[in-house]
Amino acid sequence: MDFFTRKRSASSAKERLQLVLVHDRTDLTPGQLESLKDDLLKAISQYIEIDPDAVRIELEKDGRSQRLVADIPLKSSSRHRAG
Amino acid sequence: MTAQVFTVTSGKGGVGKTTAVANLATALAMDGKRVVCIDGDIGLRNLDVVMGLENRIVYDIVDVIEGRCKLKQAMIRDKHYPEMYLIPAAQTRDKNAVSPSDMVRICNDLKPDADFIIIDSPAGIERGFRNAIAAADRVLVVTNPEVSAVRDADRVVGILEAEEKSNPALIINRLNPALVKNNDMLSAEDVLDLLGIRLIGIVPEDENVIIGSNRGTPIVTDAKSRAGMAFRNIARRLQGDDVPFMDLAPQSGLWNAIQRLAGRK
Repeated sequence: MDFFTRKRSASSAKERLQLVLVHDRTDLTPGQLESLKDDLLKAISQYIEIDPDAVRIELEKDGRSQRLVADIPLKSSSRHRAG
Repeated sequence: MTAQVFTVTSGKGGVGKTTAVANLATALAMDGKRVVCIDGDIGLRNLDVVMGLENRIVYDIVDVIEGRCKLKQAMIRDKHYPEMYLIPAAQTRDKNAVSPSDMVRICNDLKPDADFIIIDSPAGIERGFRNAIAAADRVLVVTNPEVSAVRDADRVVGILEAEEKSNPALIINRLNPALVKNNDMLSAEDVLDLLGIRLIGIVPEDENVIIGSNRGTPIVTDAKSRAGMAFRNIARRLQGDDVPFMDLAPQSGLWNAIQRLAGRK
């Protein structure tokens, strides 16, 4: 690893811990979160058209509590087509 | 006056729980407090050697619970501080010899004649840990600025929340200021941000801690040790004093030497 370009290890430690802790605290594995995401998208798609690639669903830490944060951009093209 | 019960725990082993108990107890005794330490690690007794009391053990906590001796007989008086006692763990028994209600009963019996009771929890989140937290008024979670220790500390804090042992306080032990400065060790702020609990002390890495353990003399008795000072500060915070946190900026060898020569340290 090049001394000048490598990321200092404390930042990797913090980033990795942030992810691990949020999953430890919710008892939700990254795999389960993926399938939750798929189910959520399926349900929403029955009502409105969304862009699956732009969807962001994540567990976030807020002090000692966790929240599930979803950012789901809607496709605007369908409305233009309809109008 | 009734004693406050503090339990020192961590999840991960080897982060410095026993060292913290021996040092905090000694620092409280140095402040003139009556202190009883209880080694909660049945089968892996250690607090006695760290405190230098291993040759004085006759009875242990399981002897008290099973009625082979009176509580007073299992309390070993410290060599230097006559108001400090240790109740040792049993070495040959399994941890099921003690139950949470046994711990509560022993602490209740000790409370009228002590100011502080400090329980050294075993590592892990099993029976011994449950015993150790059962009687706690406050829990002190010890961690190191290192991924596995922080992760286990978070698990322990989660269990404490579920058990409604709320408001645990964090001791960050063995912090290396030079590594933190180089961004190669989690800083105290990083650890606090990750764990989201209250901080009660940061103890810098200090080779004198091992030397103290070797001799059975906790480092708080060494006026010059920085780790000793950090533990003395925590002991004062446990007594309700508002003590500012130490400046843990890395000390360069040369600058340190100059300051020492100039009589500023």
